[in-house]
Amino acid sequence: MYASESRKASETKSDRPNFKTAIAIAMFAIIAAGLPRVSAAQGPQPLHAGEEVLVTSGEPGRFGGKLVASLRSEPKTLNPITATDISSLQVIGLMAADLIHINRYTQRTESALAKSWKVSRDGKSYTLQLRRGLRFSDGSPFNADDVLFSFQVFLDPKVHSAQLDLLTVGGKPITVRKIDDYQVRFDLAEADAAAERLFDSVAVVPRHLLQGSYQNGKIAETWGLATSPQQIAGLGPFRIQEYVPGQRITLERNPYYWKADRQYRRLPYFDEITFLFVPSEDAEVIRFQAGDVDVISRLSAENFSALNNYQRARGYNLFDLGPGLQYEFLFFNLNDIPSKQTEEMAHKQEWFRQVNFRQAISAAIDREGIVRLVYQGRAAPLWDQVTPGNKLWFNSAVPRPPRSLEKARELLRRAGFSWKSDGALADSRGHTVEFTIVAGAGNAQRAKIATIIQDDLSQLGMRVQIVPLEFGALMNRAFETYDYEACVLGLLGSDADPNPERNVWLLDGGMHLWKLHRTTPPTPWEAEIDRLMRQQLTTLNYEARKRLYDRVQQLVAENLPLICLVSPHVLVGAKTSLGNFRPAKLNDYTLWNAEELFFRQEESGKTR
Amino acid sequence: MIRDHKLWLILAVLASAHLIVLWAHFFAPYDFASQERAIPFAPPSRLHFVDPEGHFHMRPFVYLWEPRPGTETLGAYVEDHSQAFPLRFFVRGARYKIAGIFDSSWHLFGVEEPARIYLAGSDDYGRDQFSRLLYGGQISLFSGLMAAGVSLALGLVLGALAGFYGGLVDDVVMRCAELFLALPWLYLLFAVRAFLPLHIPPTQAFLMLVLVIGMVGWARPARLIRGVLLSAKERNYVLAARGFGASDFYLLRRHVLPEAYGLLLTQAALLAPQYILAEVTLSFLGLGVGEPVPSWGNMLASLQKYYVLTSYWWMFVPGLALVSVFLLYYQLCKVLQEQVKLVRF
Repeated sequence: MYASESRKASETKSDRPNFKTAIAIAMFAIIAAGLPRVSAAQGPQPLHAGEEVLVTSGEPGRFGGKLVASLRSEPKTLNPITATDISSLQVIGLMAADLIHINRYTQRTESALAKSWKVSRDGKSYTLQLRRGLRFSDGSPFNADDVLFSFQVFLDPKVHSAQLDLLTVGGKPITVRKIDDYQVRFDLAEADAAAERLFDSVAVVPRHLLQGSYQNGKIAETWGLATSPQQIAGLGPFRIQEYVPGQRITLERNPYYWKADRQYRRLPYFDEITFLFVPSEDAEVIRFQAGDVDVISRLSAENFSALNNYQRARGYNLFDLGPGLQYEFLFFNLNDIPSKQTEEMAHKQEWFRQVNFRQAISAAIDREGIVRLVYQGRAAPLWDQVTPGNKLWFNSAVPRPPRSLEKARELLRRAGFSWKSDGALADSRGHTVEFTIVAGAGNAQRAKIATIIQDDLSQLGMRVQIVPLEFGALMNRAFETYDYEACVLGLLGSDADPNPERNVWLLDGGMHLWKLHRTTPPTPWEAEIDRLMRQQLTTLNYEARKRLYDRVQQLVAENLPLICLVSPHVLVGAKTSLGNFRPAKLNDYTLWNAEELFFRQEESGKTR
Repeated sequence: MIRDHKLWLILAVLASAHLIVLWAHFFAPYDFASQERAIPFAPPSRLHFVDPEGHFHMRPFVYLWEPRPGTETLGAYVEDHSQAFPLRFFVRGARYKIAGIFDSSWHLFGVEEPARIYLAGSDDYGRDQFSRLLYGGQISLFSGLMAAGVSLALGLVLGALAGFYGGLVDDVVMRCAELFLALPWLYLLFAVRAFLPLHIPPTQAFLMLVLVIGMVGWARPARLIRGVLLSAKERNYVLAARGFGASDFYLLRRHVLPEAYGLLLTQAALLAPQYILAEVTLSFLGLGVGEPVPSWGNMLASLQKYYVLTSYWWMFVPGLALVSVFLLYYQLCKVLQEQVKLVRF
């Protein structure tokens, strides 16, 4: 059960002195642009009786102004059902809302469109109470039919929604039933420990706008970037105003948004949020430094330091949030690939398959050096897949041995390796140990990690070559052709919970990187990881789940299918005057509470 | 022959630059790959003559770099004045092989461990930029020179064939030349590089660069040589020699080709820097030799990053070297042109 903070809006006061100017400016903008859309000009609609808004706890702010952020690539769609790329998801995240939301800051679930919910004793059925009196951004009312319709679309295998896998529990899709206009019941085939978290990011879409295209089988093509703004509506704090290809996408206030601040004024504070399309991180940094962009996320450590020098003078703050959920690792190609296997690859894979060999490599890698040289200290060394940033699931009992070349040599000796007179390492049959590491050419950090590993391993007598590859080509090799020897890669957990990680650790998972293709039976430890992951999925008690996942981490650290290296810190920045700015370790780091953000007086008067 | 001191001076400077680079093992104090992870982006070592007490020393010395306390930025270092490390000549250091056979560990200069002498600072792994500059020159300078050789050899043969024999041969060769001239060579190089296997050892990568760059550029010298030969073969003394029964080969060798030698020289001086630049461009874009082997191009590649560009001036050193080499080559070209007084181009 989860108590919600909603209140009846009848208690609302409605004095908003600053507001007339904002309205006037907005009016002018609309008239000047000649847009027929009227309601945006009226600013936020007053709260009305019977509307069950959610009252936020943030500092009450100022209405008006606009925020400028940046995207590294253009969004591909505005359709929450089919979007998968990071830019589309970021924009849609501001235009859509879900039933139960994961608070990006606390990492716990909280009430959203569902005011409260009840879980049955066996953990298989959820009854959600919806908020009453809510409206989509086009003014039409929201009720259980929209929820039913949304889930119908998301669960339709013909639609190929990205969420379908997540919404499939125990091999069967979740079923949804309407109890009344404001009550919905979800049934799961088996108990799921993190079922509440499944609802996050499953956007509720308006039935009245999308039903037609769904029935015509065209739902995947609707709501593209060319769609007129009137045709798009959502329950998020903002709605689409304008998209200029190659330049920007602008969102405007949703005048019907269902959250209010402590003073019972309807959020969001900003009139507009603009995303500029800035192609590279360096360009982004320059624009942020120049003040063109108000917030910046996904900063690299180097740029963070470069910006750090001017922090005071330029009026922005930088935040080092500590290690996030991303983990960088090295892995070897352990796929069973007899058909196209050359003899060379066969004896290389013989090395890679030996636990001692992988342990020796892990022991020889200077993780502290990577942290210092690649991340300038803004990263945490890592020995398994759970980062220290994930407080709930971090296992402190996993051994974290410091770098030791002696230990590495001892392990190699034990595995039958020896050294030739010129110092080169050779296996028991006399093959010199040499292999290549592929790394994404576009990712400077990973290329640098690979260079450091190359130097570390050369001290063991291994000849390592680095091949920078364009990311698409790298993915193709890792997932399709299995034509690589070792690879440096990173994964970004979308949620602190271990469940989204299951596609990495289950034997048949789509991200079971090191061995996607299998003809031989799994090794005992692989089988055990698989069993533990399945077990924790259906275990409801946190302590019991933690014990299971702790064991998974231990197995990973021992057997090293992925040799985990570091977890970079989450580094973000924002204008000093941005109020309620609470950057989080979960994606989206900076704008997850966009409705509460506002500019304090001094700055906004000057700039906008 | 040519009696210009300027020419010999330029040639001497260029030749010594190439020789130093060729003997990088000896002139560089460190191996190009050796990382000193405690001091990434260390500024160039300062050579001191006066110690903190004010005493003057004949032999210059350096201090250890220590991270400046309280700063997080890389490249913020202070000197640790507690111990001085005098500069020494003819010291033993990293082992290397002369011509792949003789083991040696002599270096021209160095300082005692744990101090490091970084004349041009260190890069993001704490590697000596100066040593890398010298080793990188091996790739960059010689790939330019050798690619120019390949280009000129091809150009000479094909241009001579076309110019001397004319007719169908001329047509075929010249249409091919036009085709090559019209090709956008950078994209062609990308395409060629993409077809080659992923991981090739540095020496092979180097040869591949030389061949690819050299083969793409034969068309211009070929056209020029053809032009010279067209007029040369009609000279009276050539016709006279032919009348006496001289063979084609004799005519080419004795009378016709010598007309093109001056042109070849100037073309070489012109093409070498162009091809150095081609190598630098390819390596800059990550298509040349791979880490950790340096070339001037992949050393400059770190400047693609904004923070390097704005924070560490010594990362520009390969660029400075490049500019000086270019100036020398173009001066050489100019002097040659004045001296040889041959074809305009």
